[in-house]
Amino acid sequence: MTTNASSLPPDGLRRRLLAALYRRVPAQLLILLAPPVGWFGVVYLGSLAILLLSAFWYLNPVTSAVVHDFSLNNFQDLISQPVNRTIVLRTVTIALAVTITDMALAFPIAYYMARVAAPRTRSLLFMAVLLPLWSNYLVRVFAWKIILAYGGPLDGLLGIVGLQGPEFSDVSTWIVFSYLWLPYMILPIYAGFERIPGSLLEASADLGGKAATTFRRVVLPLVLPAVAAGSIFTFSLTLGDYITPALVSKNQFLGSVIYLNQGTANNVPFAATFALVPIGIMAIYLLIARRLGAFNAL
Amino acid sequence: MKHSTGLALLATVGLLVGACTGSTATPSPVTTPAPTLAPTPAGASVAPSASSAAASPTGGPSANLPQSIGAGEGSLNIIIWPGYAEDGSNVKEYDWVHPFEAANPDCGKVNIKPADTSDQMVTLMRQGGGTVYDGVSASGDATNRLIANGDVAEINVNLIPDYSDIAPFLQSPAHNTVNGKHYGISHGWGGNTLMYRTDKVSPAPTSWASVFDPSASQSYQGKITDYDSPIYIADAALYLKSSNPSLGITDPYELTQPQFDAAVAVLKAQQPWVAKYWSLYTDEITNFTNASTIIGTTWPYQVNTLKASGVKVDAVVPTEGMTGWADTWMMSAHAAHPNCMYKWMAWMVTPKVQAEVAEYFGEAPANPKACTLLDATYGSYGVKNFCTLYHVNDTAFYGAISFWKTPLADCGDSRGTTCVDYSKWATAWTAIKG
Repeated sequence: MTTNASSLPPDGLRRRLLAALYRRVPAQLLILLAPPVGWFGVVYLGSLAILLLSAFWYLNPVTSAVVHDFSLNNFQDLISQPVNRTIVLRTVTIALAVTITDMALAFPIAYYMARVAAPRTRSLLFMAVLLPLWSNYLVRVFAWKIILAYGGPLDGLLGIVGLQGPEFSDVSTWIVFSYLWLPYMILPIYAGFERIPGSLLEASADLGGKAATTFRRVVLPLVLPAVAAGSIFTFSLTLGDYITPALVSKNQFLGSVIYLNQGTANNVPFAATFALVPIGIMAIYLLIARRLGAFNAL
Repeated sequence: MKHSTGLALLATVGLLVGACTGSTATPSPVTTPAPTLAPTPAGASVAPSASSAAASPTGGPSANLPQSIGAGEGSLNIIIWPGYAEDGSNVKEYDWVHPFEAANPDCGKVNIKPADTSDQMVTLMRQGGGTVYDGVSASGDATNRLIANGDVAEINVNLIPDYSDIAPFLQSPAHNTVNGKHYGISHGWGGNTLMYRTDKVSPAPTSWASVFDPSASQSYQGKITDYDSPIYIADAALYLKSSNPSLGITDPYELTQPQFDAAVAVLKAQQPWVAKYWSLYTDEITNFTNASTIIGTTWPYQVNTLKASGVKVDAVVPTEGMTGWADTWMMSAHAAHPNCMYKWMAWMVTPKVQAEVAEYFGEAPANPKACTLLDATYGSYGVKNFCTLYHVNDTAFYGAISFWKTPLADCGDSRGTTCVDYSKWATAWTAIKG
């Protein structure tokens, strides 16, 4: 140590700086966190603030230029046009339907993977769950387009019992989203099941609990936060997507309207106002999820 | 146990990010018009360029235009519609960028910036005061905005050797020539015809009434398709122009409130019978192949692709005419590499390159001399009798087109600022689709 110190310039700037920092833990933290916090604060929160602000701006009806003045016109339009209510309602309904469907599908799969399957089967199942995610999102949506198409496999199957395929309807959107986001539900629930100590189940059995009782009174409450966590993924991903509805349905989603106004029409203020709707919905959803302990499970 | 839990969650989050960055589904090469006055980027010059400021009261080209193309400046940066500058990386045989670089070593490497919408093109062109990009392949709904704002330079067409070969109606069209001053070189064009399945639609349609008039379209309930863009309201307006003369529609892009409301009402009434609004041309091809949709608006490209794969379709120019697009190569008024941009424009209208672009992109070339090449030999994207199929020399077809332009509040005539601007078109489009 001494030889090292003597070989360095005694009053080197770098050395003095490091020595000063060594004693000041808050300063160390500041330097360490400044870049990520700065990024988060400026780029993320900053753009979010501009988004909120621009929701109150409006377009000059003659020149289509953005007028940087306070106005509630956009909010009035948002509420007064019945089509907006239809779209919001449709988006939320499908997001909820997808979430519930994925819960129902993921629960038994995750349970089997975590509690029943042998390690080898478990790895195989893991691969089966994750493998679709290795292919592009669009590829998977287009695959579903073929399945759901008029005269396609599903249509043909349903035709046997005299039914018609869903084609370009909300049902198609629901089916495709349920498929797309299923892994995001399976993985958290799997993790939730795995976390339950075997001793709890044995204790329940020792106390005379039957399988159903154990499941209802022990397993379900313990795994509920994980389910809530998974539902955040399925719900928010469905809520924000606009590509899948555009491809498999003729109906619009929240995102479609925002995209149309921002991307093609250049009505950024109205797009910003509309973007507040999913933000509001997600805020409410996250509050509920937190109540259910979703964030403890993450 | 803790370990694998973390792993599972890590996988979830990682895959989530992957899913969210999935590419957006907008390969559509054709523009969706956007309103004027895109926000000017900081530092961008809004003052008219020297050439456009020097506009003489009488028509004709300005006197101070360059009289020769000098040596290249070592580089070239252009904004394009995807498919307008291929370097062989997508399809090996379609490469007209490398040959340009080889023929013009003084221009170095061509840097390509693909844009998704006209609006994006306008914004990009104004970046860095117009010095970042040398030129753009702008559509008719962007060209006049760029000209009016002084973003693009007047061009001396005499410096483009193949200019005289360009189809007469594209040498000085209103969307790139103002007061006899040329602000670009026409590149290619196409019309939105009415396509139908010959085995399902009989008799063959002759009018847009087949999709817009309930008494005529009721036999195609649930099988109609529309183009998914607010600009499609103009197609309904074009239909009303002749079917309901009392509305007094003169231009489908310049609609007063009552005219606009009438066009929107037509589309709203039609909505329940629409199977799908297509935004990707591949979507329309699939839907016509499996007969999910059997009648509706199309680009020539889909018609020819479907016919080539044996699907029983045909397309007509309805009696009311049709909407369409036309693109122009324009040079920035503040271009850093003007000589190279001139060379690029000259290169792009040579018959060989025109033939390659037309084939790859699926549109009519502006230079009909490309037809000799297109009909003689064609690549994997080509078809037999290309120029007949794409109506290259068909003046009647061209004349039937109302070319896309941005709907503005200013009607452009004695009606003043009583017209409905594009942001309202977008709002109405949302309401139409429901």
